[in-house]
Amino acid sequence: MNSRLWLLISGLALATLQQVAFAQGMSMTLPKAIEAGSSFAIQSHGSGNATLYIVCPEQVLKRDMQLGETAVFAAGSLTSAGHYLVVLTSSTAATNGTLDVTPGKAPAELSFLAEPSRLPVDLKSGITGAVYVFDAYRNLIVTPATISFELASPGGSMQKHLVVTKDGAGWTGMDSTALQGTDTFVARIGQVSTTRVIAQVPGDPCGLKMTARQVGQRLQLVTAPVRDCRGNAVPDGTIVTFTESYHGIQSTVDVPLKRGIAEVQMPVESGATISVASGVVLGNQIGWTK
Amino acid sequence: MNHGRIFAALLGASTVALVVIGTVWPVQSAVAYAGGQGLRPSSSTPEAAVRNLGDDIREQAWEKAYASLANKAQFTEPDFVRDLKGYYPGLLTYATLNSFEVLPRHASANEADVELKLHWSTVVGASVTTRDLRVVRDGDHWKPEWPIVKAPTVPPQVIPVNYLRWDVIYRGATDDWGTQDVESPQVRIVDMHPVERADGVVILGELLNEDVVPAYVSVTATLLSKSKSVLATEGSFDKISHLLLPKQVTPFFIRFPGVQLSDVGSIRMTPVSSLIAASADPVIEIENEQLHPAPDASVTGQLANQSGQIVNIAHVLVSFYNKSGQVVWVADQYVNQALLPQTPVPFHIHVPEDLAKNISSQRTIVATYSFGGSQ
Repeated sequence: MNSRLWLLISGLALATLQQVAFAQGMSMTLPKAIEAGSSFAIQSHGSGNATLYIVCPEQVLKRDMQLGETAVFAAGSLTSAGHYLVVLTSSTAATNGTLDVTPGKAPAELSFLAEPSRLPVDLKSGITGAVYVFDAYRNLIVTPATISFELASPGGSMQKHLVVTKDGAGWTGMDSTALQGTDTFVARIGQVSTTRVIAQVPGDPCGLKMTARQVGQRLQLVTAPVRDCRGNAVPDGTIVTFTESYHGIQSTVDVPLKRGIAEVQMPVESGATISVASGVVLGNQIGWTK
Repeated sequence: MNHGRIFAALLGASTVALVVIGTVWPVQSAVAYAGGQGLRPSSSTPEAAVRNLGDDIREQAWEKAYASLANKAQFTEPDFVRDLKGYYPGLLTYATLNSFEVLPRHASANEADVELKLHWSTVVGASVTTRDLRVVRDGDHWKPEWPIVKAPTVPPQVIPVNYLRWDVIYRGATDDWGTQDVESPQVRIVDMHPVERADGVVILGELLNEDVVPAYVSVTATLLSKSKSVLATEGSFDKISHLLLPKQVTPFFIRFPGVQLSDVGSIRMTPVSSLIAASADPVIEIENEQLHPAPDASVTGQLANQSGQIVNIAHVLVSFYNKSGQVVWVADQYVNQALLPQTPVPFHIHVPEDLAKNISSQRTIVATYSFGGSQ
């Protein structure tokens, strides 16, 4: 819709430009650039009635005025940054000019993309943060600004990177730390900040170990509390596979960790070999004899 | 014109006459197709008696089937039906008997042993059950004795289960652009091999959920020719366990009928995962699993439900490995009866004879479905 309007107004402007040559004494004084949302004025010269158009793809202003007057636009009239066409037209003549609206200097909002939302502990440059800086009217501020990326880990340590934006964007990479928990990832410019949370989750089980004892006609197999190589407790629900092999026969159970351990009862078979694994990680092996 | 009218009148009259004749004196095959007993011979031989029983089961004529049994005093008609269709809702509950085979094993003057092989049509494909029937002479007729399997009973008890469950909250529609969503689970293909078979190429392998959250998974494979053009794309469909708990591994099997391995230049694998609300239970133990060499190469075992919840449908998937630990085949079977707590249920999965000699070990997993809440 806006682009159609833009074409229509552009056509109107081109048509009126043909009459510019015949314009007698009609002109205007434009500011070269203004900041988005700020007030501004356009001084007209000449005599008679005229209409002032200020056009860009996202916004159009129209004002009827007497030539010779100054058209004053209040703060907040033009909010979209961009290159505007200004046309002053009367019944017999027209004149035109251009006006640049630049983004506000003060950042008001940060769009902060933090990835991933969940990752294993102890991963170098595993976390990325990208920020786009906007003014109060959601215009991308393309002038360089310094962003502070701060990642507070569950252990209390802080990683801080200062990054200067380029063309409105800045990004960085951070390491996940050795402790599982929730990281707070903050992007900040001045008083403006946006926060994301990153979950640091345990890695693969490490040193998986089980014990066996006979309970009646069954063999009770229990793992020690399952932890990753950094000592974090592997979360409940993680599958631990117990396999018992004897005389060419095999019994297998996939058991989820509950309260940090996996336990199961399997048949008692003399001469059986029992192994434990989780994913691609192998644990210890037990040879069972009655 | 007159000839035409006469011809039309003759056609109409002969049609009416044929309908009347067919209704009053129907041919035997028509009666059989209409559900009657037209082609059913008398039970003058053991095979005929079992065949009649099979026909009654196929037509779901339970009363007639039950009435034809020699040992019906030992159980009721509902017991007979439940023995066939399952005491608890399972795969056979909604199945129909497609066909059956009658295989005589032994016969004497007054009794015979006959195997009845029932081919069921289920929602996941064909399922075969076999019953060994004793057939006894009763005057000039034979009557089968139904080998009733009584309802498995679970002793009254309390099975404590610490339920573990994951729920997922996704980002909202009104959240700011850039707001994080919950990450899809990280999954990885840990093994993959193409295998050429008589009917085409199959891709088999294993998929691992590396994450700490449950994943709904599937695998798609695209075969590319030597010139990098796409030959075919297929998915694993149900030859995979779609729900993977953290650190769980599933085999997968993708079939490309009519494709020759020599035409394949490369293979593009696409594992897909998404978060899913899931429960960590029930736990199924695979007991007494045994690999049988050729002939009739197979893997057999029993499934034992270690939880208190009834599992209505169980899907057994097996990865077979060679001596160096590579996956050489993947096979599966739906168990056609419900898994009651602590009640072993057998399974029997066939292995292609030509591959059996390369198999040195296997790994089995069970995907389960429970009515009123799936795992």
